[in-house]
Amino acid sequence: MKVPIKGAIDCDLHPAPPSAEALLPYLDEYWRDQLIDRHIARYSFTLTSYPPNSPLSARPDWRQKSGLPGGDVDMIRSQALDPFGSRFAICNVLHGAVALFNEDMAMALSSAINDWVAKELLDREPRLRASILVPVHNPERAVAEIERVAADRRFVQVLLFAMGDMLLGRRPYWPIYEAAQKRGLVIGIHAGSTYRHAPMASGWSAHRVEDYVAQSAAFESQLLSFLAEGVFQQFPSLRLVLSESGFTWLPSLLWRTSKSWRGMRAEVPWIDRSPAEIIREHVRVTLQPVDSPPGDTTTLLRTLEHIGSDRMLLFSTDYPHWQFDGDAVLPDGLSSETVQRILIDNPLETYPRLRDGGQIGDNAASNKEAVR
Amino acid sequence: MNIPVRHATAATKLAIVDCDIHPAFRKPSDLYPFLPAQWREHMITFGEHLRQGLSGQLAWPRMSASGLRVDAFPEDGPPGSDLELMRRQHLDANGVEYGMLMQLSKGGMEERNLEFAAALSHAINEWQLETFVKPEPRLRAGIVVPQEDAAFAVKEIEHRATDPSFSQIIISPRSSDPLGHRRYWPIFEAAQRCNRPIALHVQGFSGGHASTASGWPTYYMEEHYAATTGMQNTLTSLVFEGVFERFPKLKIVLVEGGFAWAPALCWRMDKHWERLRIETPHVKRPPSEYVREHVWFTTQPIEEPDHPQHLAEVIEWLGWDRLMFSTDYPHWDFDDPQHTFKFAMTEGQKAKVFRDNAKALYGLP
Amino acid sequence: MKRQVVARAVEVAPGQCKIVNVNGREIGVFNLNGEYFALANRCPHEGGPLCQGNIIPLVQSDGPGHYRLARHQEFLRCPWHGWEFEIRTGQSWCDPKSTRARQFQVKVESGETLVKGPYVAETFPVSVEEDYLVVET
Repeated sequence: MKVPIKGAIDCDLHPAPPSAEALLPYLDEYWRDQLIDRHIARYSFTLTSYPPNSPLSARPDWRQKSGLPGGDVDMIRSQALDPFGSRFAICNVLHGAVALFNEDMAMALSSAINDWVAKELLDREPRLRASILVPVHNPERAVAEIERVAADRRFVQVLLFAMGDMLLGRRPYWPIYEAAQKRGLVIGIHAGSTYRHAPMASGWSAHRVEDYVAQSAAFESQLLSFLAEGVFQQFPSLRLVLSESGFTWLPSLLWRTSKSWRGMRAEVPWIDRSPAEIIREHVRVTLQPVDSPPGDTTTLLRTLEHIGSDRMLLFSTDYPHWQFDGDAVLPDGLSSETVQRILIDNPLETYPRLRDGGQIGDNAASNKEAVR
Repeated sequence: MNIPVRHATAATKLAIVDCDIHPAFRKPSDLYPFLPAQWREHMITFGEHLRQGLSGQLAWPRMSASGLRVDAFPEDGPPGSDLELMRRQHLDANGVEYGMLMQLSKGGMEERNLEFAAALSHAINEWQLETFVKPEPRLRAGIVVPQEDAAFAVKEIEHRATDPSFSQIIISPRSSDPLGHRRYWPIFEAAQRCNRPIALHVQGFSGGHASTASGWPTYYMEEHYAATTGMQNTLTSLVFEGVFERFPKLKIVLVEGGFAWAPALCWRMDKHWERLRIETPHVKRPPSEYVREHVWFTTQPIEEPDHPQHLAEVIEWLGWDRLMFSTDYPHWDFDDPQHTFKFAMTEGQKAKVFRDNAKALYGLP
Repeated sequence: MKRQVVARAVEVAPGQCKIVNVNGREIGVFNLNGEYFALANRCPHEGGPLCQGNIIPLVQSDGPGHYRLARHQEFLRCPWHGWEFEIRTGQSWCDPKSTRARQFQVKVESGETLVKGPYVAETFPVSVEEDYLVVET
C-alpha cells in the first residue's frame, strides 16, 4: 500500500557513495597524494555485499543511464523523497572504506565521506539527515570522529555493519556507545559485511543470495551480544536501530532468549529483567525488507502481534535497493494507527536529534553548529 | 541418593517417540574395545584434536554439571551412561516407544585428523549398538560419520545401511564448509540411496569457523543462541546450493536447534530467492517448498512465548507434520512430554508430534 | 488442612533439604538458618524434581562485569532448566509475575503434641525434648 499521509520519516536511504575522486578535496595532502600516486583513487570501494548490477542493489526504474543509482540529489528528491511525501530521510552511505585493514586509511576516508555527505547531500537537501560512518578498528579514534561530526546535528546516527571483526556488544566498543549516548546519536547497525569472518557459522556460502539471507542471522547474533554484554544496562538511554535486517525473525528471538535467560541469569546477572522487555525498549528495526508472504495480510499481522510491541518498526524505503514495486512501500492491512506509528511516531521517538526543539530540521543552515 | 521415579497415569501415558536422547560413556575407556590398538594408543597419547583452546572441556562452561540434569546422575558414571537408569527414569516413566540416540562426541565429526576420525566413527557406531541398542530394543542408533571425509562417510553409511538398528545418519551442522557445498553431496547421495534421513544436531565444537558471522561470542547465553543461527545458515546453504533439487528423496532432521525461527526464514528465503533468481537457476522452486518437503524439526528446546497460542500459530505456519517431539534427555533443558506444550492440542496434533511423524520418517513399526 | 509428621527437625540441618512423601506427594523440607520451609517437589515450569536442585545464593550485579552473592542458601535452582526459586516463598526469581512453586506450611512442634501419621516413630525414642517437623498439606 502507498504512504497515506505526509510527513513520513525514511530511516534507511542509500545515496550513492562518493567516488574516490570526489573525496580528494576532503582529504589532507598525504592521503590525496597516496590515493593518486598508488592509483587507489581509481577504485570504487564497492562493498562485496552490494554488487552494483545485482537486481537487489537497485530497482530498474531507479537506475540511470550513467552514474550510480542514488548518485544525484535531484533523483533522490524525485524518486525517494517526493513520492513518499517524506519529511526526513536518513542517509546511510554504504562506502567500503571501513573494509580496509589499514586503520589510518579507513579513518581518513570515513572522515572525508562524512564531510562530503554534509556538503553534497545535507547542505543541498534540507530533508536529508545522515549517519556518521566510522571504522571500528580503533574505538578511540572512532569516538574522536563521532565527536567531531556530532557537532553537526543533522547527523543523527552512527553507522556500523552487521558482519564485522567482533560482535559489536563487546566491551572494546563501549567508548563508541558512550559517545553516542552522550551526543544523542542512535547506533545504527546496517546489513552488510566487511567479511572478516565467513558469513555463516559453517563457512563461506557460495551465492550472493545466501550471504544476503544470512544477514538476518548476523543481526540476531549482534542483538544477543548487546543483550548479554549488558550494553543497555551500561548505557541506559542508548537506542539501537537495525537497518535492512528484516524483522519477522524477532518473535522467535524474543521467546528463546527470554526463556534461556531464566536458566542462565547467574552468568549475566546485570540483566535485570526479561530480554524481551529490554529489546522492546532499546531496539528498533527498519521496515524494509518485509520478509513475509506477499499478499498474506493475516500472517504479517499475526507476526506483529507476536513481536508484542507497536514501537519497534521504523519506516524505510531502503532506496534504491529493490524491496518493493511502484509506491507500494507499506505492506497491506495495517491499521491507520499502526501506519502513523511506523511512518512518524516511532522514528521521532527513536532519534533524539530529529526532535531538536524548535529547529526540527526544516532549515538546513541553522542546524549546522560547525563545519569542517 | 533417592532418584524419584514419576509414574504417569494411564490416561496421560501416550506412547511417544523421543527424537533426541544422548547416551554417554561410563568412562572414556568404554570406547577403547571398539578402537583398533593403533587408535587406542593415539587416543590415550594425544586425545581428540578439536578446534578450540581447551582440552576436554567446553570454552563456554555450561550452567550446570556440563549441561546435564542434576537428577539424572547414576551411582557410577555421568547421566546417559546407565541404561537401567535411562529406562526407569525416562523410557519407562515417559512411555517412550522408540528413542533416537544422538551420539555427539568421539564420533569423529569434529576431529581434525581424518584418519582418526574414521576410526572413531566406526567405533562409536559399534559402541552404540553393543551398549544401548542390542540390550534395549526401544533405542535406535544413528550412523555417526565425519562429514569432512565424504568418501569414508559413504563407506560407513553403506556398511551400516542393512542394519535397521541404525535409523538415520548423523553429521555436524558446524561443518568446515556450509553443508550445501558439493563436497558433501556424496553423503547426501548415499543417504538417499540407503533410505536414511540425515540428522543435524547442534554441536558444541566448531568445524573451523566462529559461531557467528562477527566472530566468537563472550557468554554461554550467546553461544547457546548461536545454535539457532547456525541451523538457519545450514538450511539456507542446503536450499540455495540446490541440494533438495538434486537429491529429491533426501530427508533432513534439524535437532535441538529450535523451530519457531523456521517460518520467518522460509519467508525471507522466498522473498530474496525471487528477487535474485537469476543467480540460482538450479533452485527451481521457492525455498519454502523444499523445506516443507524435505526438512523436519525436533521440538526441544521448545520456545515459550508469553502467549502460548502464538506458538500454535507458528506451528500452523511450519506444518504439524514437520515437528517431532524430543526431550534431549539427560541434558539440562530437558522437555518433559507431559508439560512441553502449554496450549491445547487436538488428539490428531498430539499423535503427529509425539509419535506418528517420527514413525513415518524413520519407518518404525 | 492435614497435618503430618514427616521428619525430626534435626534430620534437616541448616542449608539442607529432605524430600519426604506426604499422601503420595513429594515435598522438600528445607532448613534456612533454623527456620523450616517446605516446597512441592515439582517445578511449576515443566514438573521437574525442583527440590533436588542445588541450594544456592542469589547472584546480584551492579553492572556488566560485576558479580555479588547475597542471601546464601536461600534459593533453589531447578535441576532441569535452572530456574531460581526463593525457598522462603516459592517465588521464582526470573519472572515474579508468572511462576511460583507450590508452598506448604511447616511448623516445628514439640513431641507432646505429636500427631500419629505414616512416619514410623517406633524406631526413634519419643521424648518431650525432641522436636518433630510437622507438615501441613
